[in-house]
Amino acid sequence: MAATSELSFFKGFTIQLRVLHALMMRELITRFGRDNLGVLWLVGEPMIFTLGVTTLWSAAGLSHGGKGIPIVAFAVTGYSSVLMWRNATSHCIGGIEQNRPLLFHRSVRVIDVLLTRIALEIIGATSSFIVLASFFIFLGWMPVPVNLLTVLAGWFMLAWFGASLALLIGAATAFSHLVHRLWHPTAYLLFPMSGAAFMVEWLPKKLQEVVLFLPMVHGIELLRNGYFGDVVRPHYDIGYMAECCSALTLCGLYLVRKAGRSVEF
Amino acid sequence: MLSVEHVSKVYETRGGPYKVFDDVSFTLQRGKNLGILGRNGAGKSTMIRLISGAEQPTTGSIRRGMRVSWPLAFGGAFQANLTGLDNLKFVCRVYGVDYKPLVPFVEDFTELGAFFREPVFHYSHGMMTRLAFALSMAIEFDCFLIDEAMIVGDVRFHERCNYELFVKRKDRAFIFVSHDANAIRKHCENAVVLHESRLHSFPDVDSAYAFYLGTMAPKPQTNQRQGM
Repeated sequence: MAATSELSFFKGFTIQLRVLHALMMRELITRFGRDNLGVLWLVGEPMIFTLGVTTLWSAAGLSHGGKGIPIVAFAVTGYSSVLMWRNATSHCIGGIEQNRPLLFHRSVRVIDVLLTRIALEIIGATSSFIVLASFFIFLGWMPVPVNLLTVLAGWFMLAWFGASLALLIGAATAFSHLVHRLWHPTAYLLFPMSGAAFMVEWLPKKLQEVVLFLPMVHGIELLRNGYFGDVVRPHYDIGYMAECCSALTLCGLYLVRKAGRSVEF
Repeated sequence: MLSVEHVSKVYETRGGPYKVFDDVSFTLQRGKNLGILGRNGAGKSTMIRLISGAEQPTTGSIRRGMRVSWPLAFGGAFQANLTGLDNLKFVCRVYGVDYKPLVPFVEDFTELGAFFREPVFHYSHGMMTRLAFALSMAIEFDCFLIDEAMIVGDVRFHERCNYELFVKRKDRAFIFVSHDANAIRKHCENAVVLHESRLHSFPDVDSAYAFYLGTMAPKPQTNQRQGM
Protein backbone atom coordinates (compact mmCIF):
# COMPACT_ATOMS: atom_id res chain seq x y z
CA MET A 1 0.00 0.00 0.00
CA ALA A 2 2.76 2.38 0.93
CA ALA A 3 4.30 2.18 -2.51
CA THR A 4 1.06 3.18 -4.20
CA SER A 5 0.67 6.30 -2.07
CA GLU A 6 3.95 7.57 -3.48
CA LEU A 7 2.53 7.46 -7.00
CA SER A 8 0.60 10.35 -8.40
CA PHE A 9 -2.99 9.73 -9.40
CA PHE A 10 -2.15 10.23 -13.07
CA LYS A 11 0.69 7.71 -13.00
CA GLY A 12 -1.49 5.21 -11.21
CA PHE A 13 -4.18 5.73 -13.80
CA THR A 14 -1.84 5.11 -16.74
CA ILE A 15 -0.51 1.96 -15.10
CA GLN A 16 -4.05 0.72 -14.58
CA LEU A 17 -4.99 1.35 -18.22
CA ARG A 18 -1.84 -0.50 -19.28
CA VAL A 19 -2.73 -3.47 -17.10
CA LEU A 20 -6.35 -3.53 -18.30
CA HIS A 21 -5.16 -3.54 -21.91
CA ALA A 22 -2.73 -6.38 -21.22
CA LEU A 23 -5.38 -8.43 -19.43
CA MET A 24 -7.94 -7.83 -22.15
CA MET A 25 -5.63 -8.99 -24.94
CA ARG A 26 -4.70 -12.03 -22.91
CA GLU A 27 -8.29 -12.86 -22.02
CA LEU A 28 -9.39 -12.65 -25.65
CA ILE A 29 -6.77 -15.14 -26.78
CA THR A 30 -7.20 -17.56 -23.88
CA ARG A 31 -10.96 -17.59 -24.23
CA PHE A 32 -11.46 -17.58 -27.95
CA GLY A 33 -8.14 -18.70 -29.34
CA ARG A 34 -6.92 -18.00 -32.82
CA ASP A 35 -8.86 -20.73 -34.64
CA ASN A 36 -11.95 -20.17 -36.76
CA LEU A 37 -13.81 -16.96 -35.80
CA GLY A 38 -11.48 -16.17 -32.92
CA VAL A 39 -12.32 -12.94 -31.18
CA LEU A 40 -15.59 -12.60 -33.11
CA TRP A 41 -17.02 -15.21 -30.75
CA LEU A 42 -17.17 -12.47 -28.16
CA VAL A 43 -20.15 -11.19 -30.16
CA GLY A 44 -21.14 -14.53 -31.70
CA GLU A 45 -21.77 -16.36 -28.45
CA PRO A 46 -24.41 -13.97 -27.05
CA MET A 47 -25.91 -13.69 -30.55
CA ILE A 48 -26.52 -17.43 -30.71
CA PHE A 49 -28.23 -17.33 -27.31
CA THR A 50 -30.49 -14.45 -28.29
CA LEU A 51 -31.27 -15.97 -31.69
CA GLY A 52 -32.15 -19.29 -30.07
CA VAL A 53 -34.49 -17.69 -27.56
CA THR A 54 -36.05 -15.53 -30.28
CA THR A 55 -36.71 -18.61 -32.41
CA LEU A 56 -38.17 -20.55 -29.47
CA TRP A 57 -40.48 -17.76 -28.43
CA SER A 58 -41.62 -17.16 -32.00
CA ALA A 59 -42.21 -20.88 -32.61
CA ALA A 60 -44.08 -21.30 -29.33
CA GLY A 61 -46.32 -18.54 -30.58
CA LEU A 62 -45.96 -16.49 -27.42
CA SER A 63 -48.21 -13.88 -28.89
CA HIS A 64 -47.78 -10.45 -27.50
CA GLY A 65 -49.03 -9.26 -30.85
CA GLY A 66 -52.37 -8.28 -29.41
CA LYS A 67 -50.52 -6.05 -27.01
CA GLY A 68 -48.82 -4.22 -29.83
CA ILE A 69 -45.25 -5.57 -29.57
CA PRO A 70 -43.80 -7.82 -32.28
CA ILE A 71 -42.37 -11.00 -30.78
CA VAL A 72 -38.93 -10.74 -32.41
CA ALA A 73 -38.34 -7.25 -31.06
CA PHE A 74 -39.65 -8.35 -27.69
CA ALA A 75 -37.26 -11.31 -27.50
CA VAL A 76 -34.22 -9.40 -28.74
CA THR A 77 -34.65 -6.53 -26.28
CA GLY A 78 -35.50 -8.91 -23.43
CA TYR A 79 -32.80 -11.51 -23.83
CA SER A 80 -30.04 -9.02 -24.62
CA SER A 81 -30.84 -7.32 -21.33
CA VAL A 82 -30.52 -10.59 -19.45
CA LEU A 83 -27.09 -11.16 -20.99
CA MET A 84 -25.96 -7.80 -19.59
CA TRP A 85 -26.26 -8.79 -15.96
CA ARG A 86 -25.94 -12.55 -16.22
CA ASN A 87 -22.82 -12.97 -18.36
CA ALA A 88 -20.70 -10.37 -16.60
CA THR A 89 -21.40 -11.99 -13.25
CA SER A 90 -20.96 -15.56 -14.47
CA HIS A 91 -17.55 -14.68 -15.89
CA CYS A 92 -16.42 -12.77 -12.81
CA ILE A 93 -17.08 -15.89 -10.74
CA GLY A 94 -13.80 -17.73 -11.02
CA GLY A 95 -12.14 -14.59 -12.34
CA ILE A 96 -9.89 -14.23 -9.34
CA GLU A 97 -9.12 -17.95 -9.14
CA GLN A 98 -8.28 -18.32 -12.83
CA ASN A 99 -6.10 -15.22 -12.87
CA ARG A 100 -4.44 -15.76 -9.51
CA PRO A 101 -0.94 -16.36 -10.94
CA LEU A 102 -1.11 -12.99 -12.72
CA LEU A 103 -1.51 -11.23 -9.38
CA PHE A 104 2.16 -12.09 -8.88
CA HIS A 105 2.79 -8.92 -10.85
CA ARG A 106 2.44 -6.07 -8.38
CA SER A 107 0.49 -3.80 -10.71
CA VAL A 108 -2.10 -6.45 -11.57
CA ARG A 109 -4.84 -6.21 -8.96
CA VAL A 110 -8.09 -8.03 -8.27
CA ILE A 111 -10.05 -5.01 -9.51
CA ASP A 112 -8.24 -5.17 -12.90
CA VAL A 113 -9.05 -8.83 -13.35
CA LEU A 114 -12.74 -8.24 -12.65
CA LEU A 115 -13.02 -5.01 -14.68
CA THR A 116 -11.50 -6.77 -17.68
CA ARG A 117 -14.11 -9.49 -17.66
CA ILE A 118 -16.95 -7.06 -17.03
CA ALA A 119 -15.82 -4.85 -19.91
CA LEU A 120 -15.54 -7.78 -22.32
CA GLU A 121 -18.99 -9.12 -21.44
CA ILE A 122 -20.63 -5.71 -21.78
CA ILE A 123 -18.89 -5.11 -25.10
CA GLY A 124 -19.99 -8.55 -26.31
CA ALA A 125 -23.62 -8.21 -25.22
CA THR A 126 -23.88 -4.67 -26.58
CA SER A 127 -22.41 -5.57 -29.97
CA SER A 128 -24.65 -8.62 -30.21
CA PHE A 129 -27.70 -6.45 -29.50
CA ILE A 130 -26.69 -3.86 -32.10
CA VAL A 131 -25.93 -6.47 -34.77
CA LEU A 132 -29.13 -8.44 -34.21
CA ALA A 133 -31.36 -5.37 -33.97
CA SER A 134 -29.86 -3.90 -37.16
CA PHE A 135 -30.28 -7.19 -38.98
CA PHE A 136 -33.94 -7.63 -37.99
CA ILE A 137 -34.72 -3.99 -38.70
CA PHE A 138 -33.20 -4.49 -42.14
CA LEU A 139 -35.43 -7.57 -42.66
CA GLY A 140 -38.40 -5.62 -41.44
CA TRP A 141 -39.08 -8.02 -38.54
CA MET A 142 -38.36 -5.40 -35.94
CA PRO A 143 -39.36 -1.73 -35.77
CA VAL A 144 -36.89 1.13 -35.49
CA PRO A 145 -36.58 2.39 -31.88
CA VAL A 146 -38.99 5.21 -31.10
CA ASN A 147 -36.63 7.07 -28.82
CA LEU A 148 -33.00 6.08 -29.14
CA LEU A 149 -31.84 8.16 -26.17
CA THR A 150 -34.21 6.38 -23.80
CA VAL A 151 -33.00 3.04 -25.15
CA LEU A 152 -29.42 4.13 -24.45
CA ALA A 153 -30.36 5.26 -20.95
CA GLY A 154 -31.98 1.88 -20.23
CA TRP A 155 -28.96 0.10 -21.65
CA PHE A 156 -26.60 2.19 -19.54
CA MET A 157 -28.56 1.39 -16.38
CA LEU A 158 -28.51 -2.33 -17.21
CA ALA A 159 -24.75 -2.12 -17.82
CA TRP A 160 -24.25 -0.41 -14.47
CA PHE A 161 -26.37 -3.02 -12.74
CA GLY A 162 -24.49 -5.86 -14.45
CA ALA A 163 -21.10 -4.35 -13.65
CA SER A 164 -21.86 -3.69 -9.98
CA LEU A 165 -23.41 -7.11 -9.45
CA ALA A 166 -20.45 -8.79 -11.17
CA LEU A 167 -17.97 -6.83 -9.05
CA LEU A 168 -19.71 -7.82 -5.83
CA ILE A 169 -20.24 -11.49 -6.67
CA GLY A 170 -16.81 -11.83 -8.29
CA ALA A 171 -15.04 -10.41 -5.22
CA ALA A 172 -17.22 -12.47 -2.87
CA THR A 173 -15.88 -15.69 -4.41
CA ALA A 174 -12.55 -14.89 -2.73
CA PHE A 175 -14.19 -15.44 0.65
CA SER A 176 -16.57 -18.33 0.17
CA HIS A 177 -17.10 -21.15 -2.29
CA LEU A 178 -20.79 -20.95 -1.48
CA VAL A 179 -21.05 -17.98 -3.83
CA HIS A 180 -20.06 -20.24 -6.68
CA ARG A 181 -22.63 -22.87 -5.76
CA LEU A 182 -25.47 -20.42 -5.22
CA TRP A 183 -24.99 -18.13 -8.21
CA HIS A 184 -26.10 -20.54 -10.94
CA PRO A 185 -29.45 -21.51 -9.38
CA THR A 186 -30.04 -17.87 -8.45
CA ALA A 187 -29.37 -16.68 -12.00
CA TYR A 188 -31.61 -19.42 -13.35
CA LEU A 189 -34.46 -18.45 -11.06
CA LEU A 190 -34.01 -14.73 -11.62
CA PHE A 191 -34.29 -15.03 -15.38
CA PRO A 192 -38.10 -15.54 -15.55
CA MET A 193 -38.61 -12.72 -13.04
CA SER A 194 -36.18 -10.27 -14.64
CA GLY A 195 -38.67 -8.71 -17.01
CA ALA A 196 -37.20 -10.30 -20.11
CA ALA A 197 -40.33 -12.30 -20.90
CA PHE A 198 -43.04 -9.88 -19.77
CA MET A 199 -43.96 -6.25 -19.35
CA VAL A 200 -44.84 -5.35 -15.77
CA GLU A 201 -48.16 -3.93 -16.98
CA TRP A 202 -49.33 -7.43 -18.02
CA LEU A 203 -48.91 -8.86 -14.51
CA PRO A 204 -51.50 -8.87 -11.71
CA LYS A 205 -51.10 -5.94 -9.32
CA LYS A 206 -49.74 -8.07 -6.45
CA LEU A 207 -47.09 -9.65 -8.63
CA GLN A 208 -46.09 -6.25 -10.05
CA GLU A 209 -45.10 -5.06 -6.59
CA VAL A 210 -42.92 -8.12 -6.01
CA VAL A 211 -41.22 -8.01 -9.39
CA LEU A 212 -40.44 -4.30 -9.08
CA PHE A 213 -38.12 -5.07 -6.16
CA LEU A 214 -35.68 -6.43 -8.74
CA PRO A 215 -33.53 -3.56 -10.07
CA MET A 216 -33.05 -4.98 -13.57
CA VAL A 217 -36.81 -4.97 -14.20
CA HIS A 218 -36.72 -1.16 -14.10
CA GLY A 219 -33.90 -1.08 -16.65
CA ILE A 220 -35.70 -3.32 -19.13
CA GLU A 221 -38.94 -1.35 -18.73
CA LEU A 222 -37.06 1.87 -19.48
CA LEU A 223 -35.32 0.31 -22.46
CA ARG A 224 -38.56 -1.08 -23.92
CA ASN A 225 -40.33 2.19 -23.28
CA GLY A 226 -37.66 3.83 -25.42
CA TYR A 227 -37.86 1.12 -28.06
CA PHE A 228 -41.64 0.73 -28.43
CA GLY A 229 -42.88 4.10 -27.22
CA ASP A 230 -46.21 4.29 -25.46
CA VAL A 231 -47.64 1.05 -26.86
CA VAL A 232 -47.36 -0.38 -23.35
CA ARG A 233 -47.57 1.60 -20.13
CA PRO A 234 -44.07 1.26 -18.55
CA HIS A 235 -43.39 0.78 -14.84
CA TYR A 236 -40.01 1.99 -13.73
CA ASP A 237 -38.31 4.01 -11.06
CA ILE A 238 -34.80 4.84 -12.21
CA GLY A 239 -34.04 6.51 -8.88
CA TYR A 240 -34.67 3.20 -7.14
CA MET A 241 -32.53 1.32 -9.66
CA ALA A 242 -29.69 3.84 -9.25
CA GLU A 243 -29.86 3.43 -5.47
CA CYS A 244 -29.58 -0.34 -5.79
CA CYS A 245 -26.68 -0.05 -8.24
CA SER A 246 -24.85 2.44 -6.00
CA ALA A 247 -25.21 0.14 -3.02
CA LEU A 248 -23.98 -2.83 -5.05
CA THR A 249 -21.04 -0.80 -6.39
CA LEU A 250 -19.95 0.35 -2.94
CA CYS A 251 -20.21 -3.12 -1.41
CA GLY A 252 -18.45 -4.55 -4.46
CA LEU A 253 -15.54 -2.09 -4.21
CA TYR A 254 -15.22 -2.79 -0.50
CA LEU A 255 -15.04 -6.54 -1.06
CA VAL A 256 -12.59 -6.11 -3.97
CA ARG A 257 -10.27 -4.17 -1.67
CA LYS A 258 -10.54 -6.83 1.01
CA ALA A 259 -10.00 -9.61 -1.52
CA GLY A 260 -6.91 -7.84 -2.86
CA ARG A 261 -5.34 -7.75 0.57
CA SER A 262 -6.01 -11.37 1.26
CA VAL A 263 -4.50 -12.76 -1.94
CA GLU A 264 -2.22 -15.68 -1.11
CA PHE A 265 -0.18 -18.06 -3.22
CA MET B 1 15.95 2.49 -1.39
CA LEU B 2 13.84 -0.50 -0.44
CA SER B 3 12.70 -0.59 3.14
CA VAL B 4 10.82 -3.26 5.01
CA GLU B 5 9.37 -1.79 8.18
CA HIS B 6 8.04 -3.84 11.10
CA VAL B 7 6.49 -6.41 8.82
CA SER B 8 4.51 -9.32 10.20
CA LYS B 9 2.71 -11.95 8.20
CA VAL B 10 0.08 -14.26 9.58
CA TYR B 11 -1.66 -17.00 7.61
CA GLU B 12 -5.00 -18.39 8.65
CA THR B 13 -4.89 -22.16 8.85
CA ARG B 14 -7.39 -24.74 10.01
CA GLY B 15 -5.38 -25.08 13.18
CA GLY B 16 -5.55 -21.34 13.90
CA PRO B 17 -3.35 -18.42 12.85
CA TYR B 18 0.23 -19.21 11.88
CA LYS B 19 2.77 -16.42 12.14
CA VAL B 20 5.52 -16.57 9.51
CA PHE B 21 7.30 -13.37 10.58
CA ASP B 22 7.06 -11.08 13.49
CA ASP B 23 8.26 -7.47 13.31
CA VAL B 24 10.85 -7.86 10.55
CA SER B 25 12.71 -4.73 9.38
CA PHE B 26 15.59 -4.10 7.01
CA THR B 27 16.61 -1.78 4.18
CA LEU B 28 18.42 -2.22 0.91
CA GLN B 29 20.18 0.61 -0.93
CA ARG B 30 20.35 0.92 -4.71
CA GLY B 31 23.12 -1.23 -6.17
CA LYS B 32 23.53 -3.25 -2.96
CA ASN B 33 22.56 -6.83 -2.35
CA LEU B 34 21.36 -9.03 0.44
CA GLY B 35 21.25 -12.77 0.94
CA ILE B 36 18.49 -14.31 3.02
CA LEU B 37 19.33 -17.67 4.55
CA GLY B 38 16.85 -19.94 6.22
CA ARG B 39 15.90 -23.55 6.62
CA ASN B 40 13.10 -25.15 4.65
CA GLY B 41 9.86 -23.56 5.78
CA ALA B 42 11.50 -20.55 7.43
CA GLY B 43 9.49 -18.21 5.18
CA LYS B 44 12.09 -17.20 2.60
CA SER B 45 9.75 -17.42 -0.37
CA THR B 46 6.99 -15.69 1.58
CA MET B 47 9.42 -12.83 2.22
CA ILE B 48 10.14 -12.58 -1.51
CA ARG B 49 6.41 -12.46 -2.31
CA LEU B 50 5.85 -9.72 0.25
CA ILE B 51 8.74 -7.62 -1.06
CA SER B 52 7.52 -8.04 -4.63
CA GLY B 53 4.06 -6.88 -3.62
CA ALA B 54 2.36 -10.08 -4.76
CA GLU B 55 1.07 -10.47 -1.22
CA GLN B 56 0.39 -7.85 1.43
CA PRO B 57 1.94 -7.92 4.91
CA THR B 58 -0.48 -8.42 7.81
CA THR B 59 1.03 -5.43 9.63
CA GLY B 60 3.89 -3.08 8.84
CA SER B 61 4.79 -1.64 5.45
CA ILE B 62 7.16 -2.11 2.56
CA ARG B 63 8.41 0.97 0.69
CA ARG B 64 9.81 0.55 -2.75
CA GLY B 65 11.86 3.56 -3.79
CA MET B 66 13.10 1.70 -6.87
CA ARG B 67 11.71 -0.62 -9.50
CA VAL B 68 11.50 -4.01 -7.84
CA SER B 69 11.10 -7.12 -10.00
CA TRP B 70 8.53 -9.85 -9.56
CA PRO B 71 9.94 -13.05 -8.02
CA LEU B 72 12.42 -14.12 -10.66
CA ALA B 73 11.71 -16.97 -13.03
CA PHE B 74 8.17 -17.32 -11.76
CA GLY B 75 6.41 -19.38 -14.41
CA GLY B 76 3.02 -19.86 -12.82
CA ALA B 77 1.50 -17.04 -14.84
CA PHE B 78 1.80 -19.00 -18.07
CA GLN B 79 -1.54 -19.86 -19.60
CA ALA B 80 -1.37 -23.23 -21.33
CA ASN B 81 -2.89 -22.13 -24.62
CA LEU B 82 -0.81 -18.98 -24.94
CA THR B 83 2.48 -19.12 -26.81
CA GLY B 84 5.85 -18.08 -25.44
CA LEU B 85 5.56 -14.93 -27.54
CA ASP B 86 2.08 -14.17 -26.12
CA ASN B 87 3.53 -14.40 -22.65
CA LEU B 88 6.32 -12.00 -23.55
CA LYS B 89 3.75 -9.57 -24.96
CA PHE B 90 1.63 -9.81 -21.82
CA VAL B 91 4.52 -9.05 -19.48
CA CYS B 92 5.66 -6.17 -21.70
CA ARG B 93 2.19 -4.65 -21.79
CA VAL B 94 1.88 -4.84 -18.01
CA TYR B 95 5.23 -3.09 -17.53
CA GLY B 96 4.76 -0.62 -20.38
CA VAL B 97 7.62 -1.81 -22.59
CA ASP B 98 7.66 -2.39 -26.35
CA TYR B 99 8.03 -6.14 -26.86
CA LYS B 100 9.51 -6.17 -30.39
CA PRO B 101 13.12 -5.26 -29.55
CA LEU B 102 13.11 -7.95 -26.86
CA VAL B 103 12.13 -10.85 -29.11
CA PRO B 104 15.72 -11.64 -30.26
CA PHE B 105 17.04 -11.77 -26.69
CA VAL B 106 14.23 -14.02 -25.47
CA GLU B 107 14.49 -16.32 -28.49
CA ASP B 108 18.22 -16.56 -28.06
CA PHE B 109 18.18 -17.14 -24.32
CA THR B 110 15.34 -19.66 -24.26
CA GLU B 111 16.63 -21.62 -27.28
CA LEU B 112 13.01 -22.53 -27.93
CA GLY B 113 13.28 -22.29 -31.71
CA ALA B 114 9.91 -22.81 -33.39
CA PHE B 115 8.35 -23.60 -30.00
CA PHE B 116 8.54 -19.90 -29.08
CA ARG B 117 5.42 -19.50 -31.21
CA GLU B 118 3.73 -22.68 -29.95
CA PRO B 119 1.31 -22.93 -26.99
CA VAL B 120 3.06 -23.37 -23.68
CA PHE B 121 1.36 -26.72 -23.00
CA HIS B 122 3.76 -28.28 -25.51
CA TYR B 123 6.73 -27.15 -23.40
CA SER B 124 8.88 -29.33 -21.19
CA HIS B 125 9.63 -28.23 -17.67
CA GLY B 126 13.06 -27.02 -18.73
CA MET B 127 11.65 -24.96 -21.60
CA MET B 128 9.18 -23.37 -19.21
CA THR B 129 11.91 -22.43 -16.74
CA ARG B 130 14.06 -20.90 -19.49
CA LEU B 131 11.13 -18.85 -20.76
CA ALA B 132 10.25 -17.69 -17.25
CA PHE B 133 13.81 -16.60 -16.59
CA ALA B 134 14.15 -14.84 -19.94
CA LEU B 135 10.93 -12.87 -19.33
CA SER B 136 12.28 -11.77 -15.97
CA MET B 137 15.40 -10.49 -17.72
CA ALA B 138 13.45 -8.81 -20.53
CA ILE B 139 12.10 -6.09 -18.24
CA GLU B 140 14.70 -3.84 -16.63
CA PHE B 141 14.49 -3.43 -12.86
CA ASP B 142 16.62 -1.69 -10.23
CA CYS B 143 16.23 -4.56 -7.84
CA PHE B 144 15.80 -8.26 -8.59
CA LEU B 145 14.19 -10.76 -6.26
CA ILE B 146 15.81 -14.14 -6.67
CA ASP B 147 14.46 -17.30 -5.11
CA GLU B 148 17.09 -19.89 -5.89
CA ALA B 149 14.60 -22.74 -5.59
CA MET B 150 12.80 -21.43 -8.68
CA ILE B 151 15.84 -21.52 -10.93
CA VAL B 152 16.20 -25.20 -11.56
CA GLY B 153 18.14 -26.40 -14.57
CA ASP B 154 21.33 -27.95 -15.83
CA VAL B 155 24.81 -26.55 -15.26
CA ARG B 156 24.80 -24.64 -18.52
CA PHE B 157 21.48 -22.98 -17.72
CA HIS B 158 22.80 -21.96 -14.31
CA GLU B 159 25.90 -20.46 -15.87
CA ARG B 160 23.82 -18.45 -18.30
CA CYS B 161 21.52 -17.26 -15.53
CA ASN B 162 24.49 -16.25 -13.41
CA TYR B 163 25.98 -14.37 -16.34
CA GLU B 164 22.74 -12.46 -17.01
CA LEU B 165 22.22 -11.62 -13.36
CA PHE B 166 25.57 -11.22 -11.70
CA VAL B 167 27.76 -10.11 -14.62
CA LYS B 168 25.54 -8.13 -17.01
CA ARG B 169 23.44 -6.64 -14.21
CA LYS B 170 26.06 -6.38 -11.48
CA ASP B 171 25.19 -2.69 -10.92
CA ARG B 172 21.67 -3.61 -9.79
CA ALA B 173 20.42 -4.38 -6.33
CA PHE B 174 19.18 -7.84 -5.57
CA ILE B 175 17.80 -9.98 -2.80
CA PHE B 176 18.89 -13.58 -3.02
CA VAL B 177 17.06 -16.22 -1.08
CA SER B 178 18.49 -19.68 -0.61
CA HIS B 179 19.05 -22.49 1.83
CA ASP B 180 22.38 -23.08 0.14
CA ALA B 181 24.89 -21.06 2.14
CA ASN B 182 27.59 -21.45 -0.52
CA ALA B 183 25.47 -19.71 -3.15
CA ILE B 184 24.82 -16.84 -0.75
CA ARG B 185 28.55 -16.54 0.07
CA LYS B 186 29.40 -16.52 -3.59
CA HIS B 187 27.02 -13.75 -4.65
CA CYS B 188 26.13 -11.59 -1.65
CA GLU B 189 27.89 -8.82 0.27
CA ASN B 190 25.53 -9.10 3.24
CA ALA B 191 23.35 -11.80 4.66
CA VAL B 192 20.55 -12.20 7.16
CA VAL B 193 18.98 -15.35 8.55
CA LEU B 194 15.27 -16.05 8.89
CA HIS B 195 14.70 -18.29 11.85
CA GLU B 196 11.59 -18.96 13.93
CA SER B 197 9.70 -15.95 12.55
CA ARG B 198 12.52 -13.51 13.30
CA LEU B 199 15.09 -11.91 11.03
CA HIS B 200 18.64 -11.99 12.39
CA SER B 201 21.16 -9.47 11.03
CA PHE B 202 24.93 -9.86 11.01
CA PRO B 203 27.93 -7.66 10.23
CA ASP B 204 29.20 -10.06 7.57
CA VAL B 205 28.21 -13.11 5.59
CA ASP B 206 30.47 -15.45 7.56
CA SER B 207 28.86 -14.75 10.92
CA ALA B 208 25.42 -15.13 9.31
CA TYR B 209 26.58 -18.45 7.95
CA ALA B 210 27.83 -19.55 11.37
CA PHE B 211 24.47 -18.69 12.94
CA TYR B 212 22.64 -20.47 10.14
CA LEU B 213 24.65 -23.64 10.75
CA GLY B 214 23.63 -23.39 14.40
CA THR B 215 19.94 -23.30 13.46
CA MET B 216 20.41 -26.52 11.54
CA ALA B 217 21.61 -28.42 14.61
CA PRO B 218 18.95 -30.89 15.69
CA LYS B 219 16.97 -29.66 18.66
CA PRO B 220 14.76 -32.13 20.46
CA GLN B 221 10.99 -31.50 20.61
CA THR B 222 11.10 -28.47 18.37
CA ASN B 223 8.48 -28.34 15.70
CA GLN B 224 8.93 -25.15 13.76
CA ARG B 225 5.41 -25.35 12.31
CA GLN B 226 3.98 -24.71 15.74
CA GLY B 227 4.56 -20.99 15.57
CA MET B 228 2.79 -18.33 17.62
